[in-house]
Amino acid sequence: MMIPLLNIPTQALFGQLLLGLINGAFYALLSLGLAVIFGMLNIVNFAHGALYMVGAFVAYFLLNLAGLGYWWALLLAPVLIGAVGVIIERTMLQRLSGLDHLYGLLLTFGLALIIQGLFQNYFGSSGLPYEIPDALKGGQNLGFMYLPNYRAWVVVFSLVICIATWYMIEKTKLGAYLRAATENPTLVRAFGINVPLMITLTYGFGVGLAALAGVLSAPINQVRPLMGADFIIVVFAVVVIGGMGSIMGSIVTGFMLGVIEGLTKVFYPEASNTVVFVIMAIVLLIKPAGLFGRTA
Amino acid sequence: MLDTTSRPLLEIAGLEAWYGESHILHGVDFNVRQGEVVCLLGRNGAGKTTTLKSIQGMVGKRKGSVRFEGTETIGMSSDKIARLGIALCPEERGIFASLDVKENLMLPPQVKPGGLPVEQIFELFPNLKERLASQGTKLSGGEQQMLAIGRILRTGATLLMLDEPTEGLAPVIIQQIGHTIRKLKAQGFTILLVEQNFRFASTVADRYYVMEHGQIIHSFANSELTDNMDKLHELLGV
Repeated sequence: MMIPLLNIPTQALFGQLLLGLINGAFYALLSLGLAVIFGMLNIVNFAHGALYMVGAFVAYFLLNLAGLGYWWALLLAPVLIGAVGVIIERTMLQRLSGLDHLYGLLLTFGLALIIQGLFQNYFGSSGLPYEIPDALKGGQNLGFMYLPNYRAWVVVFSLVICIATWYMIEKTKLGAYLRAATENPTLVRAFGINVPLMITLTYGFGVGLAALAGVLSAPINQVRPLMGADFIIVVFAVVVIGGMGSIMGSIVTGFMLGVIEGLTKVFYPEASNTVVFVIMAIVLLIKPAGLFGRTA
Repeated sequence: MLDTTSRPLLEIAGLEAWYGESHILHGVDFNVRQGEVVCLLGRNGAGKTTTLKSIQGMVGKRKGSVRFEGTETIGMSSDKIARLGIALCPEERGIFASLDVKENLMLPPQVKPGGLPVEQIFELFPNLKERLASQGTKLSGGEQQMLAIGRILRTGATLLMLDEPTEGLAPVIIQQIGHTIRKLKAQGFTILLVEQNFRFASTVADRYYVMEHGQIIHSFANSELTDNMDKLHELLGV
């Protein structure tokens, strides 16, 4: 079947659209974590991509060393990496509080290089296989396209996590504390709320989301030491387009840019690697605070 | 009648405070007794706001002694101090733009039993009830001030510190805030007030401390106000 006007096979169009949605799901999960961290800690967390990669490796180790499969990894990797995040925040990032953004960026960039270097040293650059769980093997023939179950699961599960995170931040008392502490941490603390603990847990939660994305990605992209480094630059562009620190901005922009990237692969493949950055440049020129960002 | 013999609720001795390298308070000494309304007076930059922030533990570095209900708080973080029962309504009001009025009102956690129920806060400030779904910073200046005072009344804090609550407000709102302070005092709250509007302060305060260059330089009771007017004019330049 073809789309008559554009002379494009529908299989290719919907295939790329699905691929775009999958990438969008990863963009959304990762940029959501970055947005939560930036909002609360004022830190551009360059270690995010490395921790996403470590999340995938945790899934790999759990399976090969402890015999714990995908579903256990989905639960344990975010918790373990979240705990690592808590240690990173308490031992390093906390010392940068009140300093310019640049220091946090440099520290987390250094951390990313160290973590990636260590994994590359032990595992090389090639990918390690990670199987799709049995329950999600196979796919559905929708008539106009074939939909692999695992890919559908990634999109739906990511969306559920993103919406749950948005709800928690925008609609609950804990979220009100987080939003208020983002605006004026000193005053929120003076109300009796333990803001430093909230900051630590926020960082843990943000990097836990990265680890979750890493586990989701393992069966699709294989487990590679540089899987995060390849991805993170686009994710930063997504965060800038959505608006630094904006929760809904990260989610919507993540999925939207994934789809735009996918469609570009169909209509003008040469631009597919740069389209996100072109959009970023245009958004920065027209709306410097991002599509969903609040101006000060 | 105020109990002038019992141990003060708040005792401050030799309090010094710094913002970065700037030494702002140079040994502040005063006390506030249970149920009193005490007013800090002084020119701009005298150290009144810094004194409140130092009591709440919101300055970079502080030295000396701040005892609340006999507990030394000088080494405590601001969240722990708040949980003893001290609440601050800051000069800039501190209303959160990303929260609606209801969220702003319900934000500070209850630190002790005995806080005012929300219905009673709405009786004091009826405007708030009608604007619960509005964004906090979309309220008028007066309504924001009511919200800033209202939210600390819920917490059960027994010492309320109000930093220039009448600043920039219309006379009718100032009257409403004065009425509220008197009502809170009647209910047993202790209030430490920083005020530039001396005429307003004289309608609510029991005692006054005058600050200059980060120190207390004079104090008197409300009953001694007339005798102190000339000195006040000289000290405050009013």
